[in-house]
Amino acid sequence: MSAEAIRVGMRRPARGLFVHQLRSEQLVFWRSREAAFFIFLFPLLLFVLLSSVYDGKIYGVPAPEALLAGLIGYGCANTAFAGLAIQLVIRRENGILKRLRATPLPPATYIASLLVSTLIVFAMQTVALFLLGRALNGTPFPSDVASLVAAVVIGAAVFAALGTAIASVIRSAEGSSAVVNAILLPMAFLSGSFGSTLHYPAFLRAVGDVLPLKYFIDLVNAVYLHGHGVWTQPQDLAVLAVWGAAGLVFTMFRFRWEPREP
Amino acid sequence: MHAIEVSGLRKAYGNLEAVREVDFAIEEGEVFGLLGPNGAGKTTTVEILEGYRKRDAGEVRVLGHDPARPGPDFRERIGVVLQQSQMWPNLTVRETHAIFAGYYRAPRDVDEVVALVGLRDKANERVKTLSGGQKRRLDLGIALVGDPDLVFLDEPTTGFDPQARRAAWEMIRSLRSLGKTVLLTTHYLDEAEQLSDRVAVMREGRIVRVGTPAELTTTDLQTEIRYRQNGEEVLVRTDEPTRVLAELTSAAVARGEELEGLQVRRPSLEEVYLALTAEEEQG
Ligand SMILES: Nc1ncnc2c1ncn2[C@@H]1O[C@H](COP(=O)(O)OP(=O)(O)OP(=O)(O)O)[C@@H](O)[C@H]1O
Ligand SMILES: [Mg+2]
Repeated sequence: MSAEAIRVGMRRPARGLFVHQLRSEQLVFWRSREAAFFIFLFPLLLFVLLSSVYDGKIYGVPAPEALLAGLIGYGCANTAFAGLAIQLVIRRENGILKRLRATPLPPATYIASLLVSTLIVFAMQTVALFLLGRALNGTPFPSDVASLVAAVVIGAAVFAALGTAIASVIRSAEGSSAVVNAILLPMAFLSGSFGSTLHYPAFLRAVGDVLPLKYFIDLVNAVYLHGHGVWTQPQDLAVLAVWGAAGLVFTMFRFRWEPREP
Repeated sequence: MHAIEVSGLRKAYGNLEAVREVDFAIEEGEVFGLLGPNGAGKTTTVEILEGYRKRDAGEVRVLGHDPARPGPDFRERIGVVLQQSQMWPNLTVRETHAIFAGYYRAPRDVDEVVALVGLRDKANERVKTLSGGQKRRLDLGIALVGDPDLVFLDEPTTGFDPQARRAAWEMIRSLRSLGKTVLLTTHYLDEAEQLSDRVAVMREGRIVRVGTPAELTTTDLQTEIRYRQNGEEVLVRTDEPTRVLAELTSAAVARGEELEGLQVRRPSLEEVYLALTAEEEQG
C-alpha cells in the first residue's frame, strides 16, 4: 500500500475520535487516585456511614431509602459539578486544554466526551449506591428504571453546565478545590442530601429552596421513593432547566481554554 | 513554496505593542530560528501562527491557511511544542503518546516516537515521575507523533542536559532531512547556529535582522585580528581582514619578527546577537 493509500485508509469518522477521547478520559479519571476516591468512592462511604447512624423514617419512608436518594443528589453535584470543575481548572491552568486545541480533536468532541465520561462515572456511582443499599439496608431497586435513568442524565447535564460555569470563574488550580467545596457542601446540607431539612430554621430552608440540588433531590425522591414518572414533576424540571441554561450561557461567554498569563 | 508567510503583523496587549510590523517568510523544508531577548514577542508571533492568538493587523499564511480561520486539515499538519505546558501526571509516557496519536489520521508509530525522543526507558513510567528535561522530551514526542509537515518549537530544549540537547539537534536535523519545516525559538545561540538555515533576531516586537547564520556573522560585525607585540595585546577590528592581515604579516616578515599569538576571528552569532539587541536598546 502506498503512503497516500494509508493516509486515506486511516481517515477516521468523527465517532472514532469521540470513542478514542472517551476512553482517554476514562483512563485519565480512574488512573488518578484522588479523583477516583473523592469523586467516585466518597459519596458511597457517606451513604454507608449515614445509613448506619440514622434509623426510623425520613419523609415517611425508611431512612436508608431517603438517604440513598439524597446521596444520589450529592453524588451528582460532587461528580458533575465539583469533580468536573476541579478537573477542568487543573487542565486549563496546566496548559493541557491549550495543547489539545492544537490537535485535530474538535473542541465539541472534547467537551462531549468529557461530559459523557462524567455521566458514566455518576451512573456507575448510582448503580453502586443501589447495590450497596440493597446489600446493607435492604433498600429496593427503583420501580421505574427509565425515569430514574432520565433523572440521572438530566441531573448530570444540569450540574455539568454549572461545573463548567464555575470552572470559568475560578482562577487558580490550587484554589479550585476549596472554592468548589465551599459551594458544594453547604448546598448539599441545605438541599437535604444528608437527611431531612424540615427541622432547619426557615431562612436556611429558604436558601435551600433556590438551589438546584434541592430540585434534583426532589425529582429523585419522586421517582425512587414514590414511584412517579420523571415527567410528572414539571416544577422540578423547570427549575433545573433554568439553572442548567444559566450555567450553559455563562460557560459560553466566559469559558477559556488557556491558562491565565503568569 | 512558502510554508509560512507573514507581512505587516501587529499585536498589542492593551497599551503594550508586543509585535509591531513583522514580515518574514519561511520556505518549505527550512529550519527557521527566531531569536530575541525575553519579551521580544517571539511567543506572541508563534502563537498567532499556531492559531492561538488573534492578530490586530497584517497578513498571515501558514500552509496556505489563515490560522485565525483554519481549514480542517490545518491541525493535522502542524506539530506544536508550547513554551509551557504539562500533561496528565498519572498517565505513562506511552499512553500519553498513544492518546495524541489517536487524534491524527496518519500518526507515526508510538514506540518509534518514544524512542526517537529518548524516552524508551521511561515508556511505562508515569509522567509525574519524569525530570524536567524528560517532560520536555515528552512535549517534543507528542508534537511529532501526528507526523506534521510543519513543527513549531517554542524553546524546545530548555532544561535539557548537553547530551539531550545534542540528541534533540539530531532529531531536528532528521526532521529537516524528511522535508519538514521547523520554526524554532531559542535562547541558545549555538543551537540556532547549529540548526537553522536562517535566523531572525527580534527586539521589542520588530525583526531587526534576518539571514543565514553565516551572513549575520560576516556582515554584521567586523573581523577581529589579535596578536602580541612587545608583550602587549593588540586588537584590530576591520571590514577588510585580507588586506589588513597582508599588511601586518608582510611588515612583520620584513622586520624579521613573529606576530605572537596571531588570531583571526569572525564574530560568533552570540556577539552579533548581543550587538543587535543592545544597539536597539540605546536607540
Ligand atoms: N497574554 C498576554 N497578555 C498581556 N501581555 C502579554 C501577553 N502575552 C505576552 N505579553 C507581553 O508581550 C510581550 C511579548 O511577550 P512574548 O511572550 O511574545 O515574548 P517572548 O519573546 O516569547 O519572550 P521569552 O523569551 O521570555 O519567552 C511581553 O512584554 C509580555 O509581557
Ligand atoms: Mg516566549
